[in-house]
Amino acid sequence: MAIPNPVERTMERRDGTIIAVDNLSRQFGDFTAVKGISFTVKEGEIFGFLGPNGAGKSTTIKMMCTLLKPTAGHIQVAGYDVDTAPDEVRTAIGIVFQDNSLDSGLTALENLRFHCMMYHIPRDERTVRIEAVLTLMDLTEFKDRLVKTFSGGMRRRLEIARGLLHEPRLLILDEPTVGLDPQTRSYIWQYVRQLRERRGTAIFMTTHYMEEAENCDRIAVIDKGEIVALDTPVELKKLVGADRIELTTSDPEATRAALVSQYGLPVTLDGNRVLFQVAGSERFVPQMLTAFAGMTPPIPIETLNVRRPTLEDVFLKLTGRTIREEEGAKDERRLSLRRRGRL
Amino acid sequence: MAESAFPRLGIQQKSQRSRAIDPEVIYGIWLRDLKKFWRERSRLWGGIARPILWLLILGSSLKGAISASSLSGGIDYQQYIFPGVIGLTLVFSALQSATSIIWDREFGFLKEVLAAPVSRMSIIIGKAVGGASQSTLQGAITMLFAPLIGLWLSPASIVALLVMMFVVSFALTALGVVIASKMTSFEGFGTISNFVVMPMYFLSGAIYPTASAPALIKPLILINPLSYGVDALRQITVGVGAFPFAFDVAFLIVFSLIMLAIALPLFNKE
Repeated sequence: MAIPNPVERTMERRDGTIIAVDNLSRQFGDFTAVKGISFTVKEGEIFGFLGPNGAGKSTTIKMMCTLLKPTAGHIQVAGYDVDTAPDEVRTAIGIVFQDNSLDSGLTALENLRFHCMMYHIPRDERTVRIEAVLTLMDLTEFKDRLVKTFSGGMRRRLEIARGLLHEPRLLILDEPTVGLDPQTRSYIWQYVRQLRERRGTAIFMTTHYMEEAENCDRIAVIDKGEIVALDTPVELKKLVGADRIELTTSDPEATRAALVSQYGLPVTLDGNRVLFQVAGSERFVPQMLTAFAGMTPPIPIETLNVRRPTLEDVFLKLTGRTIREEEGAKDERRLSLRRRGRL
Repeated sequence: MAESAFPRLGIQQKSQRSRAIDPEVIYGIWLRDLKKFWRERSRLWGGIARPILWLLILGSSLKGAISASSLSGGIDYQQYIFPGVIGLTLVFSALQSATSIIWDREFGFLKEVLAAPVSRMSIIIGKAVGGASQSTLQGAITMLFAPLIGLWLSPASIVALLVMMFVVSFALTALGVVIASKMTSFEGFGTISNFVVMPMYFLSGAIYPTASAPALIKPLILINPLSYGVDALRQITVGVGAFPFAFDVAFLIVFSLIMLAIALPLFNKE
């Protein structure tokens, strides 16, 4: 019988799994921060961890990137066990921490070069790779500026750029857009999506912003250390019902007749307003509009309003609380901390 | 044997664990520290202000009060405390560099280093080499004051002095790394300065011969690395000393190794 080698490492799993978490727990004294969670993330997937602060998101991330040992359970990243092959795990992942981890006394370029040295990126590839990540994150023209002169959004981009230098197969983003203005946030998301498209990098991220979680392929809703739901945003939202559509028209009766005959939907009329519910309005509405325009006579739609269920509704349904009830104060504190770090 | 429900594929791979002592990591950390040191040149003023204060003001004032005969070899008091003032510069600067770890922790940069696939030992050595280099530079500034007190150093003793300053600073930075990994906030340098730097300075024979110290504080002098550091520097500069030179060097090296060994598990806990 073969005796297992203590330094045995399993290779990447063939089914394209980048993260496999099995029954993972972490205790701090009496407090259990993470309670036996299990999930897998596929190669190239954008996977979100959604939950309020203190739900166990950052604890899970720390364990994933080998900075904290699990109390129980296993994590494999890119086929390596965090416990037995921490260095391989570290090489396989790029991390963007919740709070700044750049050296603001160095230039962007110097921060990147430092990273190259820490990750032993082959010397002859360094210049090319640095150029590439700077281009990807639109920072080339700022590369020689001290990071302390950077805005919050530029810092975030630089951190993402740095996290990509060693070409990790998985990028971990811990609350990547906290404290950024909405415009910068949407830029960051553009970059992240671009990254997945161009490099096929899988992304694991935590957030407590509902709008942000929408960008994920799949979301695990985590509350008090447990995963209470795990699915695509669309499926999760189905938990709380269909999209509500409200349109106004000069001919409500004809509209109702058409909706009933064409789609068999129950429709309510309220003056010139037509109200109904439908699942998957993003496909339904364009199709309906085309159909209405092609009718004789065409049905004239004046306004159209879709109220889609949000992840906020999902969270409320799953936990009985809104995610924001618990946020405010803590966000403020973190913002002020971050501002201090910017000095 | 209990089998985990966790799926495993049994393909084995060769270990590529990071090297315990990794020259590139040490160099990277050293380079960063030196760059930042160069950019915050204000710290160089410490290397200029301290010798003016201790060597020129205090030294010249006490010179008359302390008869040369009470010092071993009958040397001039200013020349006697010269290596001591270098020692003060080294201990200040070494502990200051080491406490940059506290800043790095507070401002997040330490996470970048700790999350990288590098051995903790290389990080600690990188910090110690970086701190030792900065301190040696500061010490070199102090060394420039030698002609002002009538001390003319030969090129050979200048080289020996620089090497020795590096050895002393390495030991002191290693101590600083241990202190920094125990400290959680950087309210700290004032505290370190009061409870570590100054006691080490006064208990090192930097400004008075330790032979005349009361028996009660003798043990403190004997465990103080700066005692051996100053003693070695004094043997190079003015040729007198309380311990054998080789013993001074051996003590400092052993002290450094012990500090690195203590720092390692503390760093692993980060």
